[in-house]
Amino acid sequence: MPSSTLALKFAILRAAPILLFAVVVVLFSILSPRFLDVQNFANIFTQSAHVAIIAIGMTFVLLVAGVDLSIGASMYVSAAVLGLYLPQLPAAAALPVMVVIGALFGAINATFIVGLRVAAFVTTLATLFIGRGLALYLSGTKMVFAGDAVLAFGQGSFLGISLAVWLFAVIFVVAYWLQQSTPFGRYLYAIGSDRDGARKAGIPVRRVIFAVYVLCGLLAAVGGFVSFSQIAVASSTFGYQKEFAVIAAAVLGGTSLFGGRGGIVGSVFGAVLIQTVQNGLVLVNANPYLYPLVISAIIFVAVLLDSQRTRVLDRLTRRQIRLEPATDGGKRAARSGT
Amino acid sequence: MSREGANDVPPVLSVEGLRKSFFGIEVLKGVSFSLEAGKALGVIGENGSGKSTTMNIINGLLMPSAGTMSVAGKPYAPSNSQDAATAGIAFIQQELNLFENLTIAENLAIRKLPRRVSWLPHIAKGEMRRQAIRLLKEVDLDIAPETPVNRLAQGERQLVEIAKALSGDARIIVFDEPTTSLTTREATKLFSLVGRLKARGLAILYISHILDDVRRLCDDVVVLRDGSQVDGFPVAEATIPRMVNSMLGRPLSDLFPPRSGRKRSDRPVLDVRDVSQPGIVSGIRFQIMAGEIVGIAGLMGSGRSETARILFGLDPAATGEVRVQGQLVAERSPRACMAAGMAFLTEDRRGDGLMMAEDVLTNMKLARLADLARSSVASVPDAALNEKATAMAGSMRIKARSLERQPVRSLSGGNQQKVVLGKWLLREPAVFILDEPTRGIDVGAKAEIYGLIQKLAEQGAGVLMISSEFEELFGTCDRILTMAHGEIVAEFVGPDFDRASVLAAAMQPQPGVA
Repeated sequence: MPSSTLALKFAILRAAPILLFAVVVVLFSILSPRFLDVQNFANIFTQSAHVAIIAIGMTFVLLVAGVDLSIGASMYVSAAVLGLYLPQLPAAAALPVMVVIGALFGAINATFIVGLRVAAFVTTLATLFIGRGLALYLSGTKMVFAGDAVLAFGQGSFLGISLAVWLFAVIFVVAYWLQQSTPFGRYLYAIGSDRDGARKAGIPVRRVIFAVYVLCGLLAAVGGFVSFSQIAVASSTFGYQKEFAVIAAAVLGGTSLFGGRGGIVGSVFGAVLIQTVQNGLVLVNANPYLYPLVISAIIFVAVLLDSQRTRVLDRLTRRQIRLEPATDGGKRAARSGT
Repeated sequence: MSREGANDVPPVLSVEGLRKSFFGIEVLKGVSFSLEAGKALGVIGENGSGKSTTMNIINGLLMPSAGTMSVAGKPYAPSNSQDAATAGIAFIQQELNLFENLTIAENLAIRKLPRRVSWLPHIAKGEMRRQAIRLLKEVDLDIAPETPVNRLAQGERQLVEIAKALSGDARIIVFDEPTTSLTTREATKLFSLVGRLKARGLAILYISHILDDVRRLCDDVVVLRDGSQVDGFPVAEATIPRMVNSMLGRPLSDLFPPRSGRKRSDRPVLDVRDVSQPGIVSGIRFQIMAGEIVGIAGLMGSGRSETARILFGLDPAATGEVRVQGQLVAERSPRACMAAGMAFLTEDRRGDGLMMAEDVLTNMKLARLADLARSSVASVPDAALNEKATAMAGSMRIKARSLERQPVRSLSGGNQQKVVLGKWLLREPAVFILDEPTRGIDVGAKAEIYGLIQKLAEQGAGVLMISSEFEELFGTCDRILTMAHGEIVAEFVGPDFDRASVLAAAMQPQPGVA
């Protein structure tokens, strides 16, 4: 009996984000007739593209049991530099410029974390403030405006799908391939599960972790580019507290904060879920001061789910000794009872 | 080695005059042996005798201060474990090196994931699967290669680890205490696999505390003591007394202390009535009298440790009651059990029993603090406690440079176990539950632990002792309960136990289950 109820519990915990998504959709479609419009869903995807892109990078970091709090700073710095010094670049050149800045930002994190073995939490908390401070200094705390070409990217679409979503799709496909089909992807899981063991197995642990933070900074800048092209200005709050939304998206999607479990598919789902809630709140004219409360409630649920999943999984994998005659759920017991 | 002088084939692995010093203290004083293809060499010795240091040198984790090694006649000087793997030496450690969140196939291939084309880092999954199937067949494990490792039982995981060693074209496999976490059936399977590996021409280095296993598996035995190689002989001469004598440097006339001077009363200190927990244990019912040592024998997975955990309130029980000295323990929590006079020595002293970074005295005083500071604001009478703990450490002969400064982590396994025991002894418990009290401890320390357990019973405590080493139970217990599939299936009264019938009882299958 305990085995089967536990398994059920775990299934519910796993499915919880999907159930939550269903509840959110039903609720908002009752409250606002416009919510179910195809156009509205297109909006949701377009608006969640930047969080989804950054969540992919964050997922890789979380898989190796790290964390990157500085993604908002990476977004802001790269956008500010582009807007201040190279406003007239075409989008095809602007994106690489931001990508390079983001990658550099990630490389600084990686240098401290891998090279000097400073805790990721502390390092990225520091670079979060340093990055934001630098961007504020460079911009003199004034708003930085996006150039026309960048704006055009934000408005543009191809085959009726916004360029932001296309960009996301390309990154997703490559990242999914990386995660599932390359040694790098498998190494992420191995390191997250047992870092010391990974080192002993000849996995270049430090190189992989370095790459992961560079990738996260880089993708944060890509997310920054998408966001910059959509809202046209980078003010002092650009990318502010984005790390919460991104980590929440990843964790909601089943990526564990403890490393080794999860993946980018779930994280993207989490990003869309969060954006759907935000979109719905706008449509029903909710008090804007409620947004942070609702989002933080979701983050809370996400983290709660993660820890509960971990707990239940621990208990599920515990060995069963005897087969109880009256109950089913005995497959596990029969296996390990031998 | 001169013995092979006439032979053309150099030994697969040869170790010559290996020495190692840490901070000027020599821990390895010249170890030499050679390993031939198709043979198994057993390395035995007490904890701290230099076995681990030798193995770490072979594995490239430590650099020797002096001495040379060669693999198949070529000089071998590894600077990391990768070099060892390249030279064809694979290690099966006590702690397995598997990634639980990856599949069997991925684990087997992790060192070199196959690619379809060399320039593109794309894993050739079909190739990886084929490799895995071939390797699993070699170790006789019939499980789909896509299965994540976290679904496997301990013995299955070890077979995967061995398969991994074979994937690296290992010529030498080093087993370090491979059977400590296996069930008897799993161990039997492992032994037959080792036999097959030998037949295929692999060389085996086998390190174990379980001398019976060494005798059964190995062709030659090397004995280390205090960093020196003190003995070496073919297995035909390796009787248990000879091995024990060589390891200890003195004859161990009797590992187990005599049972004299102990009177069993008829007063039950522990009374367990029909404790059940679905899927774990069923109808557990027994009594322990004051001054009695009762053993629980059983294979791994029989419910022995689980029973102990339930009795001590660490795991829930659906039904049943536990009485300590006639008093019902109403609240099922470790705290309540301790208050009632129970003490529990866990299987995992590193995980549950000790604060590794703290010193001996701090650790020993821990179990007593809760009592002494009954009102949690009152200050602890530290001086009195210190005195008691110091006396205890002295009487237990804990070997530490300083009781107050040396962290417990740096003590040997046997001494760590004494600290845990001492900690509980300070509480003067009425019921003492010991789960694998001598796991990973060398023979000398074992004898001392048995003596302490005996003393405990003499003082009137009831002892429940759980062990996977049957000899240990036969030597120390007054009564043995045998568990299988979560039930107590037989009871044997000592002092003379019939080894065969205890074993037979432990092996019986659960009725109605195939």
